[in-house]
Amino acid sequence: MELFLDNFANLDSLLRVYPLLLQGLELTALLSAVILPLAMAAGLAIAVLYSFHLAPLRAALLVYIDLLRSFPVLILLVLIFYGLPFVGVRLDNFTAVVLAMVLNNSGYYGEIFRAGIESVPKGQWEASRSTGLSALQTVFSVVLPQAVRSVVAPLASNSLELVKTTSVAALVALPELLRSARVAQEQTYNPTPLTAAAVIYFVLLWPAARWVARLERSFLGGRA
Amino acid sequence: VDRLVDNFFNVAILAQYWPTILAGFWVTLAVAAAIIVLGIGLGLALAVLRSFQLRPVNWLIVFYVDLFRTLPQLVVLVFLYFGLPYAGLTIGSFAATVIALGCVLSAFAAEAFWAAITAVPQGQWEASRSTGIPFLGTLVWVILPQAVRLAIPLLTNRTIAVTKGTALGTAVALPEILGQAGSVMAIAANPSPLTLAAALYLLLFVPLVVTSRWLEWRFAPHLR
Repeated sequence: MELFLDNFANLDSLLRVYPLLLQGLELTALLSAVILPLAMAAGLAIAVLYSFHLAPLRAALLVYIDLLRSFPVLILLVLIFYGLPFVGVRLDNFTAVVLAMVLNNSGYYGEIFRAGIESVPKGQWEASRSTGLSALQTVFSVVLPQAVRSVVAPLASNSLELVKTTSVAALVALPELLRSARVAQEQTYNPTPLTAAAVIYFVLLWPAARWVARLERSFLGGRA
Repeated sequence: VDRLVDNFFNVAILAQYWPTILAGFWVTLAVAAAIIVLGIGLGLALAVLRSFQLRPVNWLIVFYVDLFRTLPQLVVLVFLYFGLPYAGLTIGSFAATVIALGCVLSAFAAEAFWAAITAVPQGQWEASRSTGIPFLGTLVWVILPQAVRLAIPLLTNRTIAVTKGTALGTAVALPEILGQAGSVMAIAANPSPLTLAAALYLLLFVPLVVTSRWLEWRFAPHLR
């Protein structure tokens, strides 16, 4: 037991490395704050374009959504960060992570908003258009407010996943929380920083995870 | 355009290295299958265990579910692979990837199955018990068949998302598609292997994504 605590909850090691972990946490928060709104806006734009009932555009958007949902985010990241320099496009690791994750999540958010818009009855469109509102006004003032309400649960769930996924940035040497913990672990020859990073993730994200689970359950119509 | 073709669709390099990348494809397939079996199986078992309503057991299950639902996949994987050896427990990259992602999937599956079990109307329990079928028989023959149907739309996307996490195995030197493509890219100084890797991922996941779209439509009539 003592050996276990010494290894996984070593106070000395923690005191030495906690500034590093805090810096990592800051970068994780920054990544999330940059990626989340961009990806959501991109997904919303895709869904709104989809709702305009132009057959070729719709087909193209569905292909875009399904392609991006089929790529693991890591392969997008590797393609962008390690592949693009071969054709002269050199992005720093922060930009590469943002680009890969926005692309990937625009597919997820696009599909979520699309399903939400589809769930709004057609009569809402017709009624709105017949009062003289334009197509754009109809989408933004009549359809979307109803659409978003029906997809709150998947939106919240995907946003939580997005924040968690920023940890892949560690694999292109961006010193976010996980990467900082790995560096600290190698400096101190002790896995306590890894435990600390896991605890930080858990403590910060647990309330969100609970909330998402409650939303998903009420969506299913079961007992919350 | 020549530069693009030369770098991303270099036939000579692909011809030389495709067996290496194909070997990675089989590893990805094996890991993905193992993750799904472990994740769904364990998730169902946990949900069934939870329906016995034993308080201390339920607390443990809820903690397990919350823990693995909240931690990023990569954090769990890195902890297992780089942290556990300090406790004298060294596991291979295959086992680490399967256990880490299997545990994550099992947490989401347990939650989905449990939500589905509670969403089956109470009358089904009462009717079944009153015909003399014991608790376990009711659970297995009456409740679970309905619950599994309800859980499918909740589970498909999550299963795909977690299975895509196999690419994270590259962080622990698992020789899956991305890892193989990465090392070949380094040897050949050409990113064409990445294109092939991306194509293989599409081959693997596009059918799954399209099927999930169909399954959701089929099993979730309220979204139609």
